[in-house]
Amino acid sequence: MIPASFDYERASSLDEALSLLAAGGEDARPLAGGHSLLPLMRLRLARPSLLVDIGGLDELRGVHADGNSVVIGALTTHHEVAGASELTGGSGLLARVAEGIGDPQVRHRGTLGGSVAHADPASDLPAALLALDAEVTLAGRDGTRSVAAADFFVGPFMSAAADGEIVTGVRVPKREGWGSAYRKFQRRAQDWAIVGVAAVVNWTESGIAGAAIGLTNMGGTPLRAPGVEAALVGASEKAQITAAASKVSELETPPADENASSEYRVHLAQVLIARAVAEAAGCPGMQSG
Amino acid sequence: MKRISMTVNGVRHEADVEPRTLLVHFIREQLELTGTNVGCDTSSCGACTILMNGQSVKSCTVLAVQADGADVATVEGLASNGDWHPIQRAFHEQHGLQCGFCTPGMMMAAVGYLDENPSPTEDEVRLALEGNLCRCTGYHNIVKAVLAAADDMGS
Ligand SMILES: Cc1cc2nc3c(=O)[nH]c(=O)nc-3n(C[C@H](O)[C@H](O)[C@H](O)COP(=O)(O)OP(=O)(O)OC[C@H]3O[C@@H](n4cnc5c(N)ncnc54)[C@H](O)[C@@H]3O)c2cc1C
Ligand code: FES
Ligand code: FES
Repeated sequence: MIPASFDYERASSLDEALSLLAAGGEDARPLAGGHSLLPLMRLRLARPSLLVDIGGLDELRGVHADGNSVVIGALTTHHEVAGASELTGGSGLLARVAEGIGDPQVRHRGTLGGSVAHADPASDLPAALLALDAEVTLAGRDGTRSVAAADFFVGPFMSAAADGEIVTGVRVPKREGWGSAYRKFQRRAQDWAIVGVAAVVNWTESGIAGAAIGLTNMGGTPLRAPGVEAALVGASEKAQITAAASKVSELETPPADENASSEYRVHLAQVLIARAVAEAAGCPGMQSG
Repeated sequence: MKRISMTVNGVRHEADVEPRTLLVHFIREQLELTGTNVGCDTSSCGACTILMNGQSVKSCTVLAVQADGADVATVEGLASNGDWHPIQRAFHEQHGLQCGFCTPGMMMAAVGYLDENPSPTEDEVRLALEGNLCRCTGYHNIVKAVLAAADDMGS
């Protein structure tokens, strides 16, 4: 289907984009890659009055190392994130997640900032950003601010970004020496994750010295699993990791839908956590299963 | 209406479009290049795949206004001077199609991918085509065709 009518402006600077959004009122929306917004508009589930195309703002594109962090511009495509050599150590998680989003065509258009701003509980990057303790940077008419990923996602398709604010990028700690993995389960190739697990693990000779777990589609926002993270510290064998993963059942009951009951989601999360942690630890003998 | 201009298969076009015009409809209806197909309403099937600035994209999920200033390639631009492109020859010789509906999108996705990775493995080809659905062939001959085209283009 063709979207309902709307006005369209292409912004040539961030300031211009912010002014256009302010003038457009509450039904004005930024347009980045369009790979979440246009499908919704084609089904007439979204009917913005004005689209402010920020796709040409090269100042918001690119991946840069900055000391112990990596800064990624909002308009960096999933394809570019997947290939970014700056994403080393634990921050490599973002590249692993990005390379598994949709298909090549989707990755050529869809952007990191769009994924973050859309705040779909089933999308993959938010859980990874949460696991990495990322900060989301925002620009508005009153200036810029940054919000921890843990405070940015507030509900399904709801974020801390105010109307008229633009996500300019994210900053993630590199976590040199840490390993990472993302595992998602879907019924068919291309489907959204029924459950996804992002794991960042500091593996030492004596076992796991630190771990962060981000969960996709286990609630209205991406979630951390603090009980699992605590139980993982000190684990050095597969059985210990599996035992730690079972602590995911301590989280609030996840939603049920046509793909999975709550109980099945908890089961999936447990299995995927064990696999993702073993892969992220990268220690031989831990990978199978 | 918005005035846009873009290069399609090497030819520059200027036109007025409604902002809501999808790039695929602009290509099919205004430029009358009907090789690019529309197979779904959900950005899933890849029948509409074209190259935009050298990268494969689903033209049903791009607005024509977003492609203002872009360099676009469609299936009609593959052959030159009546000579088939190696990917077209390979699809023909390897029986890479049955009804042919998915074929323009498959070929454009493959051409975009081979530009990035000129000598892929079979597994890599299968992954590279994951955004393109075929209801007829079962994919085996499509994969063979892309591998044959890679060989042909490399030699
Ligand atoms: C076929 C298909 C398969 C997909 N598969 C997956 C998948 O497996 N996993 C996954 O995670 N995602 C998937 N996606 C979604 C994809 O990742 C989207 O690209 C992404 O969610 C949105 O990015 P975008 O740049 O396209 O945003 P847009 O569609 O342009 O925008 C999305 C929303 O965010 C707002 N917005 C965009 N940029 C900004 C900004 N910088 N600041 C403030 N607001 C902004 C827009 O106003 C809109 O409300 C898929 C999409 C398609 C079409
Ligand atoms: S028509 Fe199906 S993906 Fe574009
Ligand atoms: S040949 Fe018929 S859909 Fe592919």
